[in-house]
Amino acid sequence: MASDTYHEPLELLPEAVRNLHRGLASLIEELEAIDWYQQRAAACSDEELKRVLLHNRDEEIEHAAMVLEWIRRNSPEFDRELRAYLFTDGRIARLPIQGKHGSGKSENPEVQRSPGSLGIGSLKAEE
Amino acid sequence: MDLLKRNLAPVPSEAWARIDAEATRVICSNLAGRKVVDVDGPHGWQLAAVNTGQLQFLKKDPVPGVRTGLRTAQPLVEMRIPFRLRLMELDTAPRGAASTPLQPLVEAAEKIARAEDTAIFHGYREAGITGLIEASPHKPLTIAKPDRYPQIVAEACEALQQASIGGPYGLVLSPRCYTDISQAGTNGYPIREHLRQIVEGPLVRSPAIQGGILVSLRGGDFQLVLGQDFSIGYASHDRETVELYLTETFTFRVLEPAAAILLKA
Repeated sequence: MASDTYHEPLELLPEAVRNLHRGLASLIEELEAIDWYQQRAAACSDEELKRVLLHNRDEEIEHAAMVLEWIRRNSPEFDRELRAYLFTDGRIARLPIQGKHGSGKSENPEVQRSPGSLGIGSLKAEE
Repeated sequence: MDLLKRNLAPVPSEAWARIDAEATRVICSNLAGRKVVDVDGPHGWQLAAVNTGQLQFLKKDPVPGVRTGLRTAQPLVEMRIPFRLRLMELDTAPRGAASTPLQPLVEAAEKIARAEDTAIFHGYREAGITGLIEASPHKPLTIAKPDRYPQIVAEACEALQQASIGGPYGLVLSPRCYTDISQAGTNGYPIREHLRQIVEGPLVRSPAIQGGILVSLRGGDFQLVLGQDFSIGYASHDRETVELYLTETFTFRVLEPAAAILLKA
């Protein structure tokens, strides 16, 4: 079996869910590897080995980015959230709660990712 | 290409990051209205007006016996403040300069924050906006010496409660009043902290007002509707400078006029 982390009987899971699980499990593994390589490189006393470890870490980052893009293309929910948060310029914590005291954030993800917006939104709860 | 046309500006990405961060810092430190009123949105450039739910009846019927009324809407106002930055100075950002001179941006950011707050507190008739001060039906109270602030503010809270407007409340103060209470104390206890306990909400400094305003924070009373939230766009450039602009589209609605009371200085 490709993964032993299913939480429901396999026969109950549609193929699309199984594939998304494969993608998510791969992303978890890549992120874990990035973290491990990063820590090993930071602790390593041999400069040559450190360079190799950082090179390996960077390869894992590429792998993580590739599988994340696959997930985005196959999960509308990921697609919506990544469009809202990624490559924005405002403060990240403010982006999802814009308008939280009104009718809520805009339903249109195109609005959220407007590249020139400072993403200030509501300041009501700040003080 | 989006309306802001930022990709046409000869501005390095490192400089854009500093421009956006500085604008955000200045605007957030100057804004007061958004700290006490509800914000609805942002809904983006395409939102042109807010449905009021009201009908404006027409005097002339198209056919006898047919009553007609126009659905009314409150339009959003679009603000734009241009400013010019020197390209040589912006180019220092990718070279690793510790800071980038952005004074024209700072002035524009202060101005646009002031404009939004002025519309919220005082209204903007030309844009169809009624401010919460002019809408308030309460008789203004007068604040004078800082050591009397707690009593006056408590009376203001009581006035709102008598109008069935619950708290917590936010106290917006002019820079002078804000400074006064920051320096004063009674029996060694800071007046600022005493006021916080009375209003059960924030004390907010606003250059856009004189005196103070007590505002209910319970929600549903005042609504700032955002189309495009504060944004920075590109206008033009020459060999030495780039013209950018700060912009925003919004309108403001008073849904419960009795939820604020003016404190005159």
